[in-house]
Amino acid sequence: MNISLDIRDKVLIVNFNGELDHHSAEETRKEIDKIYSDRRLLHIVLDLKKLNFMDSSGIGLIMGRYKNVSDNGGKLFLVNVSSRVEKIFRMSGILKIVQMYDSLEDVLVNI
Amino acid sequence: MIQNSMKLEFPSKSQNESFARVVVASFAAQLDPTIEELSDVKTAVSEAVTNAIIHGYEDRIGTVFIECKIENNKIEIIVEDKGIGIEDINKAIEPFYTSKPELERSGMGFTVMETFMDELQLISEAGKGTRIKMVKVFRSVKAEE
Repeated sequence: MNISLDIRDKVLIVNFNGELDHHSAEETRKEIDKIYSDRRLLHIVLDLKKLNFMDSSGIGLIMGRYKNVSDNGGKLFLVNVSSRVEKIFRMSGILKIVQMYDSLEDVLVNI
Repeated sequence: MIQNSMKLEFPSKSQNESFARVVVASFAAQLDPTIEELSDVKTAVSEAVTNAIIHGYEDRIGTVFIECKIENNKIEIIVEDKGIGIEDINKAIEPFYTSKPELERSGMGFTVMETFMDELQLISEAGKGTRIKMVKVFRSVKAEE
């Protein structure tokens, strides 16, 4: 798993590439949290286009980031969610609190 | 009728989570299931192995055992550890319950296994270990008499 990070204004865009499980979640979480607090950002967009695999560790990671962003007055968005990953999101009920969009552009015009 | 089996054991290091799910999925692939069915198996195995590593063995390294059997259009997968075991099984399988919230675990592991597999059996004894048996029927694969 590797992630690439983009910043647009106060928005952190995280592009996932690879497999998100318990092993990769911790490192990923640290990287996101560091840049988010160091650069004093507000919102986070998680782009899951190149995420090939995710288990429930991904739910934990998203819930944790949702909490940080909310505590900071920002919002968390998910984009490019595959049907496979969406199945796990639906199971966990996470879509009741986190918004899912088709593309990054859709998020940026809605912020 | 296709019949086959395999056994796998490895140390409870988190790097082995992806190794384990890929091995089981490629073993299951000989039945020629759909990608969706194979993904269900992969995800369930990932959950079971992660449980063995973080809950069964906690901070020490033990051995995780996997046994798979294929019969007709069905795969049976056993994931076992000789770790600390589960004190209260009913609590452990409750959605969103986690004994390790500090690790940002979602508590969805057993729910995922139950949803993606056709059968799930959990046997655990405190101090002895945990054994998870899961069965998946590949409905896309025609069963032979």
